[in-house]
Amino acid sequence: MERIKKKMKPLAGNLITLAIVCVLFAVVFILVETGHATRHMRAMLVPICINIILAVSLNLTVGFLGELTLGHAGFMSVGAYAGCLFSIAMKDILPMAARFPLAMLVGGLVAALFGVLIGIPVLRLHGDYLAIVTLAFGEIIRSVIINLEFTGGAAGLKGTPQDSTFAIAFAVVLITLLVIMNLVNSRHGRAITAIRDNRIAAEASGINVTYFRMLAFVIAAFFAGVAGVLYGHNLSILSASTFDYNKSIELLVIVVLGGMGSIRGSVISAIIITVLPEALRELADFRMLIYALVLIVMMLLNASPRFAALKGKLHYGALVDAIRNKANKEGKAHE
Amino acid sequence: MMDLIANLISGLSLGSIYALIALGYTMVYGIAKMLNFAHGDIIMVGAFAVITTVSMLGFPPALAIAASVVCCVVLGVCVERIAYKPLRKSPPLAVLITAIGVSYFLQSLALLIFGSTQHSFPKVFSVPTLALGALTIRGDMLVTLAVTTAIMVGMSLFIAKSRTGKAMRAVSEDRDAAELMGISVNRTITITFAIGSALAAVAGVFYGTTYGFIGPYTGSMPGIKAFVAAVFGGIGSMPGAMLGGILLGVIENLAKRYISTELSDAIVFAVLIIVLMVKPTGLLGKRVTEKV
Repeated sequence: MERIKKKMKPLAGNLITLAIVCVLFAVVFILVETGHATRHMRAMLVPICINIILAVSLNLTVGFLGELTLGHAGFMSVGAYAGCLFSIAMKDILPMAARFPLAMLVGGLVAALFGVLIGIPVLRLHGDYLAIVTLAFGEIIRSVIINLEFTGGAAGLKGTPQDSTFAIAFAVVLITLLVIMNLVNSRHGRAITAIRDNRIAAEASGINVTYFRMLAFVIAAFFAGVAGVLYGHNLSILSASTFDYNKSIELLVIVVLGGMGSIRGSVISAIIITVLPEALRELADFRMLIYALVLIVMMLLNASPRFAALKGKLHYGALVDAIRNKANKEGKAHE
Repeated sequence: MMDLIANLISGLSLGSIYALIALGYTMVYGIAKMLNFAHGDIIMVGAFAVITTVSMLGFPPALAIAASVVCCVVLGVCVERIAYKPLRKSPPLAVLITAIGVSYFLQSLALLIFGSTQHSFPKVFSVPTLALGALTIRGDMLVTLAVTTAIMVGMSLFIAKSRTGKAMRAVSEDRDAAELMGISVNRTITITFAIGSALAAVAGVFYGTTYGFIGPYTGSMPGIKAFVAAVFGGIGSMPGAMLGGILLGVIENLAKRYISTELSDAIVFAVLIIVLMVKPTGLLGKRVTEKV
């Protein structure tokens, strides 16, 4: 019984995450369909989905594998360009229903291929060295794309059909969540977290460290590529300069704020971080200032023991316990 | 040939600016064990401090540079006290994100105060161009080279000989043991931030003189390059940072001149990757043996 309970726990957590996401989708969808959503809100829906996919996939490397990578935007750009070039080539040959999923597959696979190629040298390193090398690769990818002819160069890639819709983006979010949550709770996922917790111990217990590090890295790259395709099909011009290290850092901020190793956290913080700058748009120039302050204050609060205690009190499990204790006491008093 | 020498010298001058910034990066990393992503933006603040004091308040250049150094030191120490000190026991990634927040904060503050336009940097010193036969060298590059070399020698002596320098080395080697020996770790970290910020201010002055224009986001690219330089030379190692910075500047300049201007950054990063593949702890980094 105990064993079953233990096995059920991550599953229940996953179901809660999926349920939250689905309910959010339903609410937003109804708002959009009934015309209650403003144009601004509607324009943010696909970017939110894209950021969720990116954050969840980055969480796989940063949170579960425990390696800081600063090149996630690089994989996103590779996927975006591969998918968009595919779509442009197939524009008149394939209908949208077949073309767009194929484009996403192409983008994801090309990004995964780059993940393998970059992973072979990068994964020999650890810690800050790994971080700077992934940053370097991201910057190299960006410079090369800007200097190539067929990618449209610095002017950007034009002519991609704008196929990204909220419903499609949401479907991709669901697939990403399902794949990554199942991966994390599987034998493979446990191997990956074991490497994070203690690489040497993991290696000693027979885990093929290189293989599992590569697996996590490549899967993250694949989903970054898929998100890139969604991104490319959401805009009229795809420009490589948006995929600089600041984009990677923004994604890292989402993952760390949501909590490393927490998929639900990544989803929630991806929504907040995407909406926050837009919500602050009226403040114009003060927008980034407030964003920066919120970031610093959140990190400081997270580190302060007093806030942690407060959070513990507000946690629903703690609340349930408190109510139960109170009920127990009252019950005893009645006796 | 003359062209090559002239390019080498301007590369050395650029590299010595990177080296100054990388020194700050590497010292903070060695002592506080954190990547201070906001370090690049301190350069921008230093350069803007010079612009404001010279153009608006009419300070003489020497005084303006001094004011800029003071301003950056105060800023660096404040940032450390407010944003980094409460996180001393947090995981490194949390500190990194805070540093990114500080970097965004400084950039957006500069954007609010100075606007998004590029401001021209005043001439704080003018040295005639040196002509040796066919070889012409810009005077400000020679000054940059001379001053940064002097600072680097001074810093090496300071770290090797002075009491504070010894304390800094002790803290970077083993923080707990240093504390037990009676070294105030917090004070040492504060001093490190002060020195790093002062170096960044000087780097800001030279960067402004070399490029002529300063904007709110000017600091981020040299910041990243200096970070690369610090890793290149082995992060945490001071001679490594100097060597890494200078090599980076020379490689960047030669790549710009002889290969491609647009691809020069990519080439710099590619060289970094190759070096790290061959020597995973950087050029002069200490090999860390893993204990089980």
